[in-house]
Amino acid sequence: MGLESWMGDGYIATKLEDIINWCRKNSLYPMPMGISCCAIEMMAAAGPRFDIARFGSEVMRFTPRQCDVIIVAGTTTFKMAKVVRKIYDQMPEPKWVIAMGACTSSGGMYRTYSVVQGIDRFLPVDVYVAGCPPRPDNLLNGLMLLQQKVQRGECKGTAPAYIGDFHSSHEIKSAV
Amino acid sequence: MGSLMEAMNEKVLKKLKAKYTEAVLESYEFRGELTIVVPKERIVEVCRFLKEDEELTFDLLADLCGIDMYTPENRFGVIYNLYSLKTKHRIRLKTFTEEEHPRVPTVTGVWGTANWHERETYDMFGIVFEGHPDLRRMYMPDEFEYYPLRKDFPLMGIPGSLDLPKK
Repeated sequence: MGLESWMGDGYIATKLEDIINWCRKNSLYPMPMGISCCAIEMMAAAGPRFDIARFGSEVMRFTPRQCDVIIVAGTTTFKMAKVVRKIYDQMPEPKWVIAMGACTSSGGMYRTYSVVQGIDRFLPVDVYVAGCPPRPDNLLNGLMLLQQKVQRGECKGTAPAYIGDFHSSHEIKSAV
Repeated sequence: MGSLMEAMNEKVLKKLKAKYTEAVLESYEFRGELTIVVPKERIVEVCRFLKEDEELTFDLLADLCGIDMYTPENRFGVIYNLYSLKTKHRIRLKTFTEEEHPRVPTVTGVWGTANWHERETYDMFGIVFEGHPDLRRMYMPDEFEYYPLRKDFPLMGIPGSLDLPKK
């Protein structure tokens, strides 16, 4: 059509993709996989002071079928890992994973036989939020980082991002 | 307050020795806390006596735990922390059992709370409680083959013993 010949090939398609990604990033409904103490800070992030709803995560749907992002918050033992994986598998595509806290990022302070040393051993993680527990505004920082990833259309744990780097405020330092 | 505890300790020891002289293998006191070592065959009778006597009513089993002493003989021990709600007195009982097929009679008949405590001890140490109504694992999955709190179990576990979902 006339617009494509003028603006270049695939203009409509890329703009449509940008619009869709913009819609997705501003309406990320989280699945709160609140396992232990980080769940309290996640609840605080959903409370009125650090409002997660103003970032588009209006409700925390407790059913995985209606969620985009799963926030795994808390120590994941081997017994619980099966359950987390089941919930993750039940989420529709596209889906993202936020690993909240030290226990999900690397096993945290529990270097022992029963704790999975980082949920990236069985889930593709997109954003790691450091802290024990991370402050609610740190979780919101992670959500904003995830929103930038969603805008660029990255999914399934490609180029996982992390917070806690002194130089970045909202630049992504990717692993690739 | 210290002398009251000591008087109570002496009373407990005297009554126990009067009734079960050969069942008190050893007893020692540390900072006012009395510990009595009992052979495992007599543990149920001693526990029932301590609970049902009118003067020493040790009706709360505060804790039941296992211990791996890692000595060649009498490797595993079971420790009972008793508390009396009436006299507000605490006492500790210990029994020991050997490494090959450790078995201890259950005190579930005396205190009902011993049910889950003994299940936990079985899960972590492998001490079988004879007469227990429902002895199965509590924390580890039922098919787990090892006993994690033994001294020879490595910190990070045996690779492959707990399975993880595929990525």
